[in-house]
Amino acid sequence: MSFDVSAVRRQFPILSQIIDGQPVHYLDNGASAQTPDAVLDAVRVYETTSRANVLRGVHRLAERATEAYENARVEVATFLGVDPMEVVFTGGCTAAINLVAYSYGSLLRAGDRIILSELEHHSNIVPWQLLRQRSGIEIDVVPVTVNGRIDLNALPRLLTPRTKLISLAHVSNVTGTLVDVHAVVTLARTVGAKVMLDGAQRAPHGPLDLPAMGIDFYAFAGHKAYGPNGIGVLWAKAELLEAMPPFHGGGSMIGRVTFAETTWAPPPRRFEAGTPPIGPAIGLGAACKWMRGLDWKEAHAHEMALVERLMDGLQKIDGTALFGPGSTQNRYPVLSFLLDGVHPHDVAQTLDSFGVAVRAGHHCCQPLMDRFDLDGTTRVSIAPYNDNTDIDALLTGVQHAARTLR
Amino acid sequence: MTDQLYQDRIVALAKAKTGAGKLTAPTKSARRDNPLCGDRVIIDVRLDDGGKIAEIAHQVRGCLLCQASASALASVAVGRNAAGIEKVRLDAERAIGREEGEAGEPFAAFAPVRSHKSRHECVLLPFEALKEALS
Ligand SMILES: Cc1ncc(COP(=O)(O)O)c(C=O)c1O
Repeated sequence: MSFDVSAVRRQFPILSQIIDGQPVHYLDNGASAQTPDAVLDAVRVYETTSRANVLRGVHRLAERATEAYENARVEVATFLGVDPMEVVFTGGCTAAINLVAYSYGSLLRAGDRIILSELEHHSNIVPWQLLRQRSGIEIDVVPVTVNGRIDLNALPRLLTPRTKLISLAHVSNVTGTLVDVHAVVTLARTVGAKVMLDGAQRAPHGPLDLPAMGIDFYAFAGHKAYGPNGIGVLWAKAELLEAMPPFHGGGSMIGRVTFAETTWAPPPRRFEAGTPPIGPAIGLGAACKWMRGLDWKEAHAHEMALVERLMDGLQKIDGTALFGPGSTQNRYPVLSFLLDGVHPHDVAQTLDSFGVAVRAGHHCCQPLMDRFDLDGTTRVSIAPYNDNTDIDALLTGVQHAARTLR
Repeated sequence: MTDQLYQDRIVALAKAKTGAGKLTAPTKSARRDNPLCGDRVIIDVRLDDGGKIAEIAHQVRGCLLCQASASALASVAVGRNAAGIEKVRLDAERAIGREEGEAGEPFAAFAPVRSHKSRHECVLLPFEALKEALS
């Protein structure tokens, strides 16, 4: 394989750290990925040469800041294959979904229906429940198959003329499964429903072409996509953003304010009230550019080869079981497993003592855990900078847990 | 490997499963969940006329530390009232470094948890459930 993982690793300063005499085996990328020099440098350049508020000043630092902020929007838009004016900076993925649930949600009426799936992250469930409380919409739930995939065979019978939106995880943060977007969009169109994808776990794995997917809304988080914390993105089709009222009120999102009446700025500014997270946005722009610089055909093959190595290794340890698909098809490098007789937290804690970072627990997906009567899982989430040594250290740790904790 | 959180004594306490199960006729029961990690403890107690614990049982759906703590607690709970259980809790809190002083047995075994702040609640959850059952 020609993918040069060591060249990628060198760009991530944190990975060369030694903690308590051990290297860092970072396999918790689904929670937060690490960040490369390109992002750190972009933020530092802004903070040290252009720091000022955006859209408000006439002085040259303000102009530089505004230009850098808007360039970041262009970088994100290029990464998503969309028009920059359709890109809204938010505080995170959760904030982006809440924006849609509030602003698009305010266009819905009591009795209108939306569809979610059983494997959604709490951030794609709770905002809709809040909307249900506010306006009396109904929520329908697509079940999940035993392989941890959204069961699209069950989708047609949930569709009604009142179904306005289908909102699903593009890639599951527990099982790594990729939803069949084409099938969802085709079904949604039969009743005129919009489609939103929660791209938190897909965006970190390479550029997208959202218009070709035929969807209406897309959300993702900067910190999972090698960018800074405190920034996220909502993309929506221009005509939808145009029709949506603001989420938050404040500076920058207005046309003209009087006490009698206030008009709103056009999108995307309508949805960016107050001073935005300028440095983080610039960092995310750099992260999107950095991602576009990778050869994702190779990077993806590399990531999936690691998934295979992981699945092979786990299979050899007595009492392990995958939760999710056992193949590398139609999935991304997020994998959950169970170790019989050992609680996931104890697996993760043992792995930490081997220098391996993973996540254990319900992964903010309690309905999914309930559906399969699980206390939780141990989740391994892989990025392009991971290598065989990371997987091998993990397997050694799991073996140790199997030997000592049951 | 860098540390020995799962020392033999903690693993042995968890495996002993002292008091694991249910009571057929509990005077009181209480359930406590830790929403952060999903650990769950249900404690049943039968109290004597003086309000002391005559029998105790626990169902733990949680990690090894929570199981070990429930097991250790059950091993010393019988004959104690709420104030007596608070003394045991002080031992647990001393063991994990939340309180000053030396921890008594069996909770002294939990000393390795001291440096793992994110796991302190795992040790204390059975106490929370029992406190509620006794209240
Ligand atoms: C699938 C999915 N959706 C949404 C989120 C929420 O992201 P954030 O907490 O960064 O807003 C996450 C992250 O945990 C996720 O994995």
